[in-house]
Amino acid sequence: MDVYVIQQIVNALSAGSLYALMAVGLALIFGILRLINFAHGDVMMVAAYLAAFSLFAGLPLPVALGIMVGGTVLIGLAIERIAYRPIRGGPEVAMLLTSFAVGQILQNGTLLLTRLASQPIQIAFPTPDVLQGVVAIGRVTIPKVNVVGFGSGMVILVGVMLFLTRTRTGLSMHAAADDLPAAQLVGIRINRVVAAAFALSAALASVAGLLYASQAGQINPYLGFTPVLKAFIAAVIGGFGSIPGAVVGAYALGFLEVIPTALGGIADILPVGAVSPEIDDLLRTIFPSALGSYRDAIVFLFLILMLLFRPNGILGGGAREDVP
Amino acid sequence: MSALRIPRRTLVLLLAASGTLALLQLSGLAFWQGLAINFAIFIILVQALNMASGFTGVFSLGHIGFMAIGAYTSAILTLPLATKSEYLPNLPGWLAGIHLDVAVGPLPVGFFAATLVAGLVAMVVAGLVGAVLMRLSGHFVAVATLGFLVIVRVVLFNADDITRGSRTFSNVTPYTNLWWAWGWAVIAIYVAWRVKFSGLGRAMFAQKADRWAARSIGISILRPRLIAFVAGAFLSAIAGSLYAHFITSFSPTVFYFDLTFRVITMLVVGGMGSVSGAVIGTALVLALAEALRRIEGATLLYGLGGILLAVFFIAVIIFRPSGIMGQREVDLDRVLGWRPRWRRGRPDAEPSRRG
Repeated sequence: MDVYVIQQIVNALSAGSLYALMAVGLALIFGILRLINFAHGDVMMVAAYLAAFSLFAGLPLPVALGIMVGGTVLIGLAIERIAYRPIRGGPEVAMLLTSFAVGQILQNGTLLLTRLASQPIQIAFPTPDVLQGVVAIGRVTIPKVNVVGFGSGMVILVGVMLFLTRTRTGLSMHAAADDLPAAQLVGIRINRVVAAAFALSAALASVAGLLYASQAGQINPYLGFTPVLKAFIAAVIGGFGSIPGAVVGAYALGFLEVIPTALGGIADILPVGAVSPEIDDLLRTIFPSALGSYRDAIVFLFLILMLLFRPNGILGGGAREDVP
Repeated sequence: MSALRIPRRTLVLLLAASGTLALLQLSGLAFWQGLAINFAIFIILVQALNMASGFTGVFSLGHIGFMAIGAYTSAILTLPLATKSEYLPNLPGWLAGIHLDVAVGPLPVGFFAATLVAGLVAMVVAGLVGAVLMRLSGHFVAVATLGFLVIVRVVLFNADDITRGSRTFSNVTPYTNLWWAWGWAVIAIYVAWRVKFSGLGRAMFAQKADRWAARSIGISILRPRLIAFVAGAFLSAIAGSLYAHFITSFSPTVFYFDLTFRVITMLVVGGMGSVSGAVIGTALVLALAEALRRIEGATLLYGLGGILLAVFFIAVIIFRPSGIMGQREVDLDRVLGWRPRWRRGRPDAEPSRRG
């Protein structure tokens, strides 16, 4: 019972770190441009491929990680310059659709390149040794990748917070997110700030990509779709555009996701005879063990409820600017 | 609003279209017949999204979910009893007894009924979902409807007893032919056209242009949005039913983001809010996708087509954000060189389009 609970908590924390790395990237860009960057998941996917191919080529781990982060940042910058800058300030939906198209380009581009490299669509990810195996604490065993994921996620997020509050560029991003025209008026170079935001968000996505691929064990060009949706939910829970909110929302989502699985298994883990058969039956009816497979549906239902009732996040007020 | 009165030129056009279909049917060119059916199904999907999003400005990414509901509903309803008990043994009793596989002479009325039921089921779901979601605007509604799409997919994958879960749903009777597909496509175009130039349609466009101005002159926001959403769901489900009985075997993976994006591309290229533009956009993107598919097949560069289509889409958004037609319509009279008597001598006069 205790082991079960602890393992679920660790799962929640490690998923939360992954979502936080993604959600902060989304929130950074949304805060400044009001653009929901759906291509963010595909940027993460590209990072996983960069890491995989670097490792396949036999490069040492630090070099491979350098290529992964550097390459992803370059791609993030290119996307901003080519696709998003021309429609900056345009209708929200036009920007959203452009990000979908960018995602399609990244997916199909990866597909094309893996084909040209005569690789199958689904390839096994060469997980680095440091992320393989499990850590055993007493009776609890935790996959190493989850521990590293949680730890590195925390460290990176603290770093990002310091960057955003202590450096000139970080403060410029804050200013731009607060009021773009005013920031421009006081001499902040918007193009540079936006580019910096895209570079930072791509770098965060690359770390998320490595963690995701190491957890999943295999990668394909379409793996970015679900994580970006989850990151979006996390950002909505935290109040969209707020960076600390995105982090809080991501860990909240990590726990939220574990709940259906945990509840689905609750009747199975109770010791036999601990509760009367009636209650046992009741538990199995309310929380069927299949509940876990409906996890994504439940999470998205929660997203819709959030958008309706707390559009400014759990911490924000209930007011919505776009009530018809 | 007069009663149903078909102008002579519409009649001529319909006859010409029927003649073309009959020729295509007789020609036996299977590839072109398949493409024509695909074209019709896409026209229905694009008109559905046009109403739900183009007319109202409420961007829906969830209508492929209604297509999925339509496809599964009508496929299950038309399964013959013998196949059904064997194929879906755990179907709930009330559903297991229904078999809309009857035909009157050559006419499969069961298929027609199943398609209508599929449309109605989607309408009920859309009514419930829409009543809640239509309160949102901008990209929030887009993401919320995307959430609906994900929910539909998860349910389809997990409701093994009814949908066979992730396994392919096959054994669907191939009822869909050129006539069914194009019959429904013409209905979809007609409905969209009538709605656009009705008072209701103008309310949809008005609240899209300016919510507060529309409110201030007494146009409700929620009602036109909801009606458009539900009507779009109906048409999407019809397209789903046609698709199911055309392709005859499918799985939940089809009804997801790629298809959603394809339909959106067609709509945006044609012009959101234009009924004729939707048809043009569908034709253009379908032709482009087909040509690219051929090129991919010949060069073995799989993925190239997807890249070029997406680049084309971004170029349209940057350089021609309102698409080919914007909200305008093709003036058929002018295209065909027909000019009603009242407009002779006034070549630039705006045609009056009464509902």
